Amino acid sequence: MNLASLLVGAVQLALVVLGGPLLLGLMRVVRSRLEGRVGPPVSQPWRDIAKLARKQRTRPSESSWIFAVAPLVLVATAATVAVLAPLVTLAPPLASSTDFIAVIFVLLVGSVALALAALDTATAFGGMGASRALTIGALVEPALLVAVLALSMPLHSTNLIAIVANGSRHASTLLGPSHLLALCSFIVVILAESGRLPVDNPSTHLELTMIYEALILEYSGPDLAAVTLGESMRLAIWLGLFVNLVAPVGIAATAHPLALVVGLVALTLKVVVVGIVVAIFEVTTAKLRLFRLPELLAGGFILAVLGVVTGAVMR
Amino acid sequence: MNLRHSLQLRHVDAGSCNGCEIEIGSVFGPVYDAERIGARLVASPRHADALLVTGPVTHNMASPLERTYLAMPEPRLVIALGDCARDCGVFSGGYAVAGAVADVVPVDLEIPGCPPHPDEIVSALRRFTNR
Repeated sequence: MNLASLLVGAVQLALVVLGGPLLLGLMRVVRSRLEGRVGPPVSQPWRDIAKLARKQRTRPSESSWIFAVAPLVLVATAATVAVLAPLVTLAPPLASSTDFIAVIFVLLVGSVALALAALDTATAFGGMGASRALTIGALVEPALLVAVLALSMPLHSTNLIAIVANGSRHASTLLGPSHLLALCSFIVVILAESGRLPVDNPSTHLELTMIYEALILEYSGPDLAAVTLGESMRLAIWLGLFVNLVAPVGIAATAHPLALVVGLVALTLKVVVVGIVVAIFEVTTAKLRLFRLPELLAGGFILAVLGVVTGAVMR
Repeated sequence: MNLRHSLQLRHVDAGSCNGCEIEIGSVFGPVYDAERIGARLVASPRHADALLVTGPVTHNMASPLERTYLAMPEPRLVIALGDCARDCGVFSGGYAVAGAVADVVPVDLEIPGCPPHPDEIVSALRRFTNR
C-alpha cells in the first residue's frame, strides 16, 4: 500500500460521501417530476443532514450501547467499502486482497448493526422492522453469493478488482451469458438491499408497510444524520459496483491523475444514468406484498444459479 | 435554530373532522407541492422539527399529543392548523373536548381557517423554511 493508492482511496471516499446524498436527492427529483410535481432540490438530503447534525440527540430510555454505535458502524462499514472497492480506479488500497465476498459481508455488518439497534429500542415497530429486514437479508445473501460465484468462475478468483479489471480488458466477457445472468440477479439484490421499490417504499409513512424505515424510527438529530448519510453511501456503492460490473468504461487502470479524473467523470455519469433508470422504474411499479417478496428474491437466486450452470457448461 | 430549506413535520390529529387533513393532503400533492420548499411529512416525532396539530384536543388525545411533543428532539415547534386547533371552533364546549392545542402544548404558529386553504398552509410553512 503506497501513498498514491491511499490518495486514490481518499478520492473514492470523498466521492461516495459527497455524492451519495446527491444521488438520493436526484432520484427523489426524478420521481417527483414523473408524479407531476416540482419536487425538492437535488441537494435536499444534504440540507436535511446539515440541519439534523445540529439538533438534539434523543435516546430511548431502555436502549443500550448498541443503539448508540449502530449509526457509526453503518457509516464506517460503508466508508471502508468506498475506500477499497473498484469504483473510480482499479488501483485502490489493498487491491490484491479486496475479496468480493469480504466486501459483501462488510456491508452486511452495517445492516445487521441497524437491525440490532432497532431491536434494542424495545418498540413494536423496531422489532417488526428488524425481523423483516433480516428475513429479506437472509433471502438476498444466497442470491448474492451465488452471483459472485458466477462472476468469479472465468478467473478462478473472487478478487473484486480482478473481476472488474478482466471485464475492462476483455469486453467480450461482459456479454457472456453467465455474466449477464449474474448481473440480472445482482439487480434484484440491489433493489432489496437498498430498500427500493418493489421491495420497500423509501417514502412511505405507513408504519405497517415499512421495512427499512421502521428500523430508524427512534433515531434523531446527529444519529439520524449519520444513518441517512450511511444509507445513501450504501446506495451509491451498490450502484457504483453494479455499473462497473456491467460496463467498466473509463475506469482508471492506474493512479495517474488524468486517468483518475476520467474515472471520476465516467463513474458519476454511469451512476447518474442508473439512478435515473431505478427512479423511473420505481414510479412505474407498485410495492410487492411482503409474502410475495420471497418469490422475487428466489427468482434472483435462480438467475444466479443459471449463471453458474451456463458458466460451467460453456467452459 | 435555523431551519432554512429543511422542515420535517409530524402530523397529529388531536380530534379533527378530517377537513384539515384533506387540505394537508393537497399541500403535499402535485398542485401545491410543499416538498419543493423543503417541507416533508415524517413517520416519527423523533425525525420531526415541527408538530402539525389539527382539530380540538379531545380528552383521549391530550396525553398522546403531549407525549408526542416530548418525544421530539429540541429545538421543536408546534403549528396549530385550522380554527379548531386555535380555539376549538364549532366543537367549543363539546363534552369530549379538553381544550385548544395551546392548552396542552406551547404553540409557535397558528394557521386560521376552516379548513385553511393549501396556499395559506404553504405560505405559513415558508416562514420557517425561508423559501
